[in-house]
Amino acid sequence: MLESIKTFAADFFVTGDPLIYGADVSILLVTIAVIFVLTYFKKWNWLWREWLTTVDHKKIGIMYLIASLLMMFRGGVDALLMRTQLAFPNADFLPSDKYNEIFTTHGTIMILFMAMPLMFALFNMVVPLQIGARDVAYPFLNAVSFWAFFFGAMLFNLSFVIGGSPDAGWLSYAPLSEVQFSEGPGQNFYIWGIQISGIGSLASGINFLVTILKMRAPGMKLMKMPLFSWSVLSSCIIIIFAFPILTVTLGLLFVDRFFGASFFTLDGGGNPMYYINLIWMWGHPEVYLVVLPAFGVFSEVVSTFSKKKIFGYKSMVFALLSISLLSFFTWVHHFFTMADYKVDAFFAITTMAIAIPTGVKVFNWMFTMFRGRIQMKPPMLWTLAFIPTFLVGGMTGVMLAVAPADFQYHNSYFLIAHFHQVLIGGVVFGFFSGIYYWWPKIFGFTLNEKLGLWAFWLWNIGFYSTFMPQYALGFMGMPRRSSTYGWDMGWWPLNFVSTIGAFLMGAGFIFQVWQIIYSVRQGKKDTTGDPWDGRTLEWSIPSPPPEYNFAVIPTVEQQDDFWYKKQQGKSMKPTKYKSIHMPKNSGIPFIMGSFWFIAGFGLTFEWVWLGIIGLIGVAVSIVARHLQKERDYYIPAEEVEKTEASIGGAR
Amino acid sequence: MKRISKISLILFLTTLLSACSNADYIVLDPKGPVGQIQANLIWTSVILLASVIVPVLLLFVFIVIRYRDKPGNRAPFKPEWDDNKTLEIIWWGIPILLIGVLGFFTVRDTFVLEEPPSKDVEPMTIQVTSLDWKWLFQYPEQEIATVNYLQIPTDTPINFELTTDAPINSFWVPQLGGQKYTLPGKTLSLWLEAEEEGTYFGTANNFSGKDFTKMKFDVIAKSNDEFQQWVNEVKQSSKPLTLNDYQELSKQSVVGTSEYSTIPADLFEYIVDKNGGQYYRSNNHTASDHDRKQLELSNNE
Repeated sequence: MLESIKTFAADFFVTGDPLIYGADVSILLVTIAVIFVLTYFKKWNWLWREWLTTVDHKKIGIMYLIASLLMMFRGGVDALLMRTQLAFPNADFLPSDKYNEIFTTHGTIMILFMAMPLMFALFNMVVPLQIGARDVAYPFLNAVSFWAFFFGAMLFNLSFVIGGSPDAGWLSYAPLSEVQFSEGPGQNFYIWGIQISGIGSLASGINFLVTILKMRAPGMKLMKMPLFSWSVLSSCIIIIFAFPILTVTLGLLFVDRFFGASFFTLDGGGNPMYYINLIWMWGHPEVYLVVLPAFGVFSEVVSTFSKKKIFGYKSMVFALLSISLLSFFTWVHHFFTMADYKVDAFFAITTMAIAIPTGVKVFNWMFTMFRGRIQMKPPMLWTLAFIPTFLVGGMTGVMLAVAPADFQYHNSYFLIAHFHQVLIGGVVFGFFSGIYYWWPKIFGFTLNEKLGLWAFWLWNIGFYSTFMPQYALGFMGMPRRSSTYGWDMGWWPLNFVSTIGAFLMGAGFIFQVWQIIYSVRQGKKDTTGDPWDGRTLEWSIPSPPPEYNFAVIPTVEQQDDFWYKKQQGKSMKPTKYKSIHMPKNSGIPFIMGSFWFIAGFGLTFEWVWLGIIGLIGVAVSIVARHLQKERDYYIPAEEVEKTEASIGGAR
Repeated sequence: MKRISKISLILFLTTLLSACSNADYIVLDPKGPVGQIQANLIWTSVILLASVIVPVLLLFVFIVIRYRDKPGNRAPFKPEWDDNKTLEIIWWGIPILLIGVLGFFTVRDTFVLEEPPSKDVEPMTIQVTSLDWKWLFQYPEQEIATVNYLQIPTDTPINFELTTDAPINSFWVPQLGGQKYTLPGKTLSLWLEAEEEGTYFGTANNFSGKDFTKMKFDVIAKSNDEFQQWVNEVKQSSKPLTLNDYQELSKQSVVGTSEYSTIPADLFEYIVDKNGGQYYRSNNHTASDHDRKQLELSNNE
């Protein structure tokens, strides 16, 4: 009996690596610390009431933000481990199998569990406020989305210490990801971690699409809507069409792995090329859907901090929508080296075509600043850093689209440098800009600017010293996913510089964490509700907004409505209050997420009984929601008036 | 003190950078017509794009400096100026024009690279199989095979027929030209040619599992005579490749280089078929006449 437990544990827990033991210990310590703090300060009830059961979009946004920053830490540690391994030739800091696991988890976490939730954090924190709504269209579903994401991400991360991490690359090409080449639970962790959080992503896409289409304040015609909300709309359109493809693809991969089907292996009549096509039919739109909201952030920030109306609003909207459409017609450029040459020619042109609306957006941002007054505030700094970075990243993107030349760039460090440049320079800088911009609105205090400046310069210098050498390494023929290299090819010096740069970015991240912790205690309170002299509706209400956001839903007359009302000295402060209809908190989303986790864990280890228990739990949660009677309540008018009087602040 | 650290930092960086010489940029130093076409296209695209990007960057710097919000800045300030049709037409026009020109070169060269690079020389075929984690190169015309290195004659267009008996990989010899995938059950064809004698770096370029990084190979290009001489040597002094040898070779392992004096008949076709090649009707290398007839029959029904 004892023996069998021992052998089981040896298989179940990942053993034999100091890194893993370190992770085990730190997970244990952090868990104990969290439990201790919550118990000592008697915060369990608070945690459950205020956070785990919340359906308030602002709190959900904050939870997304925290989760994504944690994931950025995890993905960043992965990155630094890789860069440490590559700092010197023939290093054996990480053996190849560990290295393969780490680049797989780095990519998956950074895209799906960092960029996506950071994006949803912004959606949640901003969209309802910006369009003058009290919440999203489906607040309960919003909570379900978050917990599905959260438990999916936790399941994926668990693979590091239990069962073993996936190691077939962040897109897990078949047949490498099939049982034949990747036995064991690692690949299943990948499938179920993404499947479960994917449910959340798709639901969020639907939720925000409906929110934007149906819940805008009266008078806010679509063509008067702020550009960030437009970018969210475009992004949601992509989510709705792209995520089902991912779900189906990974579903089929699981059927292959679990039931021995052969959708993606040729010998049974399937084809691995189906997998590569399908995964990129999702994967390419995916990168556009994360970058579009960043574009939206830049549009808001550029306009606010240039004290000027956005230039070419209609062009901007048209560009956003055409990017969402075009994003579905470029996926083959990820494998020019596999396709037929006529197909290559077609997709080379469609890929380049995306540069047209994107280029137009850059011009419009620049001409928004032109004849404006540029204030070098933190959100603006990140935007200004973005423009040159993205111009160069876009240029290398078009270079990659030149199909015959791509045969030389494909899967080399040139490609690595390109997509990090657009994903960090575009998405991460954009989201940082957005977080710095809306932080005082959501949290009610401003972040320390000096620490932020340190973070800004460390990130930027680090970014350029990491990725510029990697373009050169591509021209030297260094393949991506190389776990090591020799002295002979002259790859060492540039790799060394790249590693130093990566650590600088890591230091930048530490400064940001420090900045947040410092400002929580020392930050200046934002009593105005409008610290940046903003233009859109979210700045017309107090910071942080009361749970109902708008005591009275504003009526909108024009684009940048709040700005013009401010100019004319019109007060947006309501005089008469009505009682407000609000959704009630619910524990069901959290419980449902936990059951998804149990189901995913069971299916990962192919313990069917546990999977079934989990799925039954999910089904019961859904039924329980349907049987729930009291789902909403009213805040009486007197209470609204009292709250408004006590927070004051806004004009 | 500060100065010394600055100087030493600069010295350190220059040593680092000078440590990589120009010769290391192998993609931009092609030794054959295919690589040359691609290098030319790379330069064309860089110049075309830079001709737009660089002025835009300069304009960006100008705008940021000129319109900074500083007391006493007398640059014009027009907060309501948000529309100008002429300007908008110009910057919709610039990228469209740029993409038009670049698109033309792209499509032209995409079609050019489908053809053998030199048409007046009799081409040669080499069958490439990526395995876990090694390369098998078969010379069907010479009836020899090598593992983990290639020997080729200069000035001869070579049709590399690529497949795999392992996860998908990619066959890349940067100085001769761009890469192509090795797919299970299917052969892709890649034309390459060496114009200069030399030893060129070749690598696996699509992740295929644990020891993917070790799948490097040399491509040795020599004159036709020397190549023939080498073929004769291999025929005389090496052992034949048997099906058993192949079974051994196709298991997951890392091996050094080797060569074989003969190859089993239809080994390449066997590899392709084994991985499902019969399902590709259009692929003339895989399906036997019988299979093809079967497929035609079933398609006509």
